Amino acid sequence: MESTREMLYAEALVEALRHQLATDERVHIMGLYFLGLTPHRQMVAELRDDYLDRFYYPPIAELGYVGTAIGAAMAGLRPIVDIATASFMFEAFPQIVNEAANTYYMSGGRTSVPMIFHFNHGVRGGGAAQHSHSPQAMLWNTPGLEIMAPSTPRDVKGLVKTAAASDNPTAWVDHVRLFDTSGPVPEDEDFAIPFGVADIKRAGRDVTLFASSWLVQRALEAAELLEQQGIDAEVVDPRTLSPLDEEAIIESVAKTGRLVVVDECHRRCGVAAEIMAVVTENAFGDLQAAPVRVTTADVPVPFSPPLEEHIEPTTDKIVAAALQVTGH
Amino acid sequence: MTPDLPQNQLVDLLRRMLVIRRFEEALIKLAGEFDIGHFHVYIGQESTGVPALAQLQTGDLAFTTHRNHGHLLARGTDPAAMLAEILGKATGTNKGKGGTLHIASPEHGFPTTSAVTGGCTPLATGAAFGFSRRGVDRVSVCLFGDGALEEGSYHESINIAALEALPVIYLCENNSLEALGQKANEYPSSTMSAAPLTDLAASFKVPTITVDGTDTGAVHAAMAEAIGRARGGGGPTFVEALTVRWPGNRPLWPQLLTGVTDLTFAWDEAAIPEEHSKWHGAQDGLLRYVRELVTAGHIATDDVLALDGEVSTQIEDAVQFALDSPYPEPESAFEGVYA
Repeated sequence: MESTREMLYAEALVEALRHQLATDERVHIMGLYFLGLTPHRQMVAELRDDYLDRFYYPPIAELGYVGTAIGAAMAGLRPIVDIATASFMFEAFPQIVNEAANTYYMSGGRTSVPMIFHFNHGVRGGGAAQHSHSPQAMLWNTPGLEIMAPSTPRDVKGLVKTAAASDNPTAWVDHVRLFDTSGPVPEDEDFAIPFGVADIKRAGRDVTLFASSWLVQRALEAAELLEQQGIDAEVVDPRTLSPLDEEAIIESVAKTGRLVVVDECHRRCGVAAEIMAVVTENAFGDLQAAPVRVTTADVPVPFSPPLEEHIEPTTDKIVAAALQVTGH
Repeated sequence: MTPDLPQNQLVDLLRRMLVIRRFEEALIKLAGEFDIGHFHVYIGQESTGVPALAQLQTGDLAFTTHRNHGHLLARGTDPAAMLAEILGKATGTNKGKGGTLHIASPEHGFPTTSAVTGGCTPLATGAAFGFSRRGVDRVSVCLFGDGALEEGSYHESINIAALEALPVIYLCENNSLEALGQKANEYPSSTMSAAPLTDLAASFKVPTITVDGTDTGAVHAAMAEAIGRARGGGGPTFVEALTVRWPGNRPLWPQLLTGVTDLTFAWDEAAIPEEHSKWHGAQDGLLRYVRELVTAGHIATDDVLALDGEVSTQIEDAVQFALDSPYPEPESAFEGVYA
């Protein structure tokens, strides 16, 4: 029996960073906004105080400091760089997409970029159009990047360990709405979750709900509501988008025959679109109904609360989509 | 000093400053009741924004930042529509789509507000490029804090403006002079190896002016020179206004740490409380301007209080308008994605 402790997501995140700093002197951290502007950020400040010479607090210069981390990774460090709000990553896009992601392949495998880019994506409430992006689909269109999107304290702890050990650049897709969630985290210091292995967050027979990051929590909430209506939903959490555990999704659809893909990217060319493609290419014969996407609508994220709620993938919309694909 | 302007214009500048001050104070109170996201107020910088922007003409454009409220109000944007926007109401300047960070008022010369640090510098430069290519006698003002100088966008933009002699004024409101927040690990503030900040323009051969941002007259004179150069085909100017970060801006979310501004502090030094005496007595550009106007005999203290009463009523009405306004229809989220 695995020994665990109940922890907040924010605590597990900081513990994961602390473990990497303690066990690998090549790990250096840039930026302090892993936990956004939430009160939890104090834990990151305390970690910084414990490892002052391993932290760097950069100027407001995303292109410059993210690129600096990439260069440092080529020169022997294993940087973990925080970009804070995901929308700010666009300021650093050339270095991430055109340098970090390409270097290993372009150099014929001679130079690797072992580092992690952390950012908080998605609708956080009142962020409006310039602070609410979910750029994981854009990053997923970039060969060479690994992408992890944890949804629980356990997963963030285990995935950070794997990302830090990886010789590839990894985008760590995070969400401020996860920080106050809690769950069990293994005591084992060496606990790690391999990339490319999905987790069935809830087993079910009637419909597959695919979701990652914060929306796993909403999918689980939807599954509870569906159960009250006699529908047994299975929640599949890929945990990493790149690599993607296609097999787990296909297996789930083979069992349920029905699919709802939940994702916080905009609808067009979002993560959900790719999952739909994977399933229709590989498990078309298993589908008993046309799959449905529940995503952020194709509009810039509006500020006003009723508008914001109207365009984001809410629990109610997940329930409605599940009812639709199951013929209710 | 007071600007070299007729008395009625001097009082008009004061009125605009008071609108900003009372607006932001009211907003901080409202923010205690509504979740309006992360917001930023302009308290303490009125003596920069108001005299600087008062000199723009219809058709000139300005591009501001996350700290945009004061700039828009300085140009006459309706406080009621702004407060409605900040509360996400349908009657807001942006129909609830933008919120505090993105207030737009094209009729007052603000096509958009980018809240991305460094987002405004290329846009302001581009507006000037447009004026230049169209051959129209217009100028563009880029408003930003010292932090924006850390972004590459500034350096790339000012180089283009210098090479093309574009009619743009880069007005840097340096409010990190007392950035205690940085030490307290609360607030990322200017982290710049270059000093003074004007070196970051001088190296591009752009003329620079450094001015005390709490001195309304000095700001007015500096901007008159810069705008005159731009209109005369002399190209860009970089103005650094040295402002003081208002104590209420040091926490992560603004707080009325110095209380609701008591204008009598401008002429009754004995009334200034011990706590924050430096702020009220020397650092608040609004109180300084009132003090200067009263001392020079441009306005009587009773008239200051009467004007403040009018402005306060206007802001109370604006708050009521915002509160009474409806939220937008949810379906309107899908409107206006494309022109």
